[in-house]
Amino acid sequence: MAEVKSDLTAAPNRFTSAAKSLRGEWLGLAVILLLALFPFLFGWFTGTSVQDGPSKFWQGQLITFFIMAVYAMSYDLLIGYTGILSFGHAAFFGGGAYTMGLFLTHIGPKIIGSYKITIGAADITEVLVLVAATLLVVVVVTLLGLLFSVVSARIKGVYFAMISLAMADAIHILSKATDFGKWTGADEGLHGIPVPMWINPTQHRLLFYFIALAFCVIMYLIARRMVDSPTGRVFVALRENESRVRMIGYNPVTYRTLSFVVAAVIAGLAGALFSLWNMGATPTMTSAVTTINALIMTILGGIGTLIGPILGAGLMQIVGQFFYQWFGARWPLVFGLIFIALVLFLPYGVVGTYRLKRLEWKQGWQRLWGLVAGK
Amino acid sequence: MTAEREILLEAKNLQKEFGGLVAVDDVSVAIYARTLHSIIGPNGAGKTTLFNLLSGMMDPTRGQVFYQGKDITGLAPHRRAHLGIGRSFQITNIFPNLTVLENVRLAAQAVGRDNFRMFQRAGSFPAYEEKAREVLGRVGLQGREGVLAQVLPHGDKRKLELGIMLASDPHLLLLDEPTAGMSSEQVPALLDIIRAIMADGDKTIVLVEHRMDMVMSISDRITVMHQGQVLAEGTPHEIATNQTVQSAYLGALYGDLAKELEDNVG
Ligand SMILES: Nc1ncnc2c1ncn2[C@@H]1O[C@H](COP(=O)(O)OP(=O)(O)OP(=O)(O)O)[C@@H](O)[C@H]1O
Ligand SMILES: [Mg+2]
Repeated sequence: MAEVKSDLTAAPNRFTSAAKSLRGEWLGLAVILLLALFPFLFGWFTGTSVQDGPSKFWQGQLITFFIMAVYAMSYDLLIGYTGILSFGHAAFFGGGAYTMGLFLTHIGPKIIGSYKITIGAADITEVLVLVAATLLVVVVVTLLGLLFSVVSARIKGVYFAMISLAMADAIHILSKATDFGKWTGADEGLHGIPVPMWINPTQHRLLFYFIALAFCVIMYLIARRMVDSPTGRVFVALRENESRVRMIGYNPVTYRTLSFVVAAVIAGLAGALFSLWNMGATPTMTSAVTTINALIMTILGGIGTLIGPILGAGLMQIVGQFFYQWFGARWPLVFGLIFIALVLFLPYGVVGTYRLKRLEWKQGWQRLWGLVAGK
Repeated sequence: MTAEREILLEAKNLQKEFGGLVAVDDVSVAIYARTLHSIIGPNGAGKTTLFNLLSGMMDPTRGQVFYQGKDITGLAPHRRAHLGIGRSFQITNIFPNLTVLENVRLAAQAVGRDNFRMFQRAGSFPAYEEKAREVLGRVGLQGREGVLAQVLPHGDKRKLELGIMLASDPHLLLLDEPTAGMSSEQVPALLDIIRAIMADGDKTIVLVEHRMDMVMSISDRITVMHQGQVLAEGTPHEIATNQTVQSAYLGALYGDLAKELEDNVG
């Protein structure tokens, strides 16, 4: 286990040459273009409407993927770049989802009922409610991020991982507590959140598709720029060697806090968008399952790469879509075994392994042997 | 020695206890500006622990540290770094998965004003990279900029260790056994680096070293530590001829070293 952990935090991080990154940019642009055209291409090829039928279904699949990709990326900022092992990421995702859901359910209608704010003929009250809800999400998850970073300043490593798990669990318990059932729906969660009609994902799937795609692209660009900024470089240094970081003049607490807040805000916004997409917020979103999802997506794709978690989210989406069909109720077992094999043989994930241009067959068998022989 | 004898760093009655063990025992020492002051002593004498107290990596059980006349006891290491205190480590302490250039660039960036530009590329601040390249040239690592630090041979890692410290242009350099693990052939190059730093004119070095020939030839003053305490302090000549040092420490523990000392100081 110790070896696996050190593998995780020692993810390869090579600064790519300018030529290589330019090629990467063209590839990225092509992918974005393809995704933007997807609904139309799909409709064109299958001769179906863009607005409903299979096109609508696959748009839905991709919307989930875009949102989960952002969520996974936010986790990568923490674990892959800053080297913070946190098992509480669901607190941010679920926190964002519930903040959005609660606001739209309990406060939004009151505002819309009593005010009418217009620009010319256009009623922008609903838009403003959505903006206010989003701002509130940012505030709430920022506070959550600060809370986690305060604890992480005192407790390190695996101990922090355990504490973070407990902290997220506290949020989870709050989210399903019967005491607040009147507002949160307790175990059931919030359902039928009154999402403004113009953005309603059932009515306006295509619009929602573009919103989710834009969200994913923008968050990726922000995260990418951040990890390559002077601040982001310090995040990586912190992952590599905290004592040296301190001695050369950086305050680790400041940078860990920043990393936490940024990761929390991005995860929280992903959660908020997910609640709009589902028109609901359920205790699953704050549960350990959601944290484990982030972990799996990140490791699968390649930790410390940003693009890896996006791929990981895609893989998870496929797994979620097809494994049940293929393996029935046994699918978690099959997936678990595949995941163990991946961690043993591709500890740097898909992207990390591609960059290293090297498979770890020998080391993989050694690790497996280590597990079996109990070494 | 400098004429005005301005004290840059002063430890007053420093004490560090680990459980029952007193690693640093009532140590008082004054480091004069623009001098090279060596600290010697057998393994476990408390030299590295003293460095940990001076650099802020550890808090003393008792006693105080003054820098430029100000009490800096309890000040965090990153704040001391901004005051101009740099430190290199006995056990190589680098960023293994980053390039050689990035290792040093990070240290140069640390003392600049751009650490919180979260939405600009690190590459748009070329001054830090230039500084890093210049430092790498000084420590003899030019041409290795793009290599991952972890694949450097040991001798080069020691140079990188120094480079990281130099990149922030510290006034006071705490060097903990820079030659640790180096072969004798690699030592002269390192000595040249240290001499070049001193030739700068405004640097102060505190050096922990086991190689007596080196210590004797480049030190302005030497403090001898033994079991956490200061056994003696003086010029190389005074130390080499000091009876207490001879009998209690060098004679008993470093039999042939005592001879070597005399040979070197002559
Ligand atoms: N963090 C620590 N916890 C407990 N004991 C420690 C710690 N650091 C150092 N010691 C003990 O304090 C004493 C002094 O150690 P220190 O590393 O300062 O010696 P040193 O003079 O640097 O030795 P060397 O020449 O081997 O580097 C030793 O007995 C060591 O075991
Ligand atoms: Mg030591």
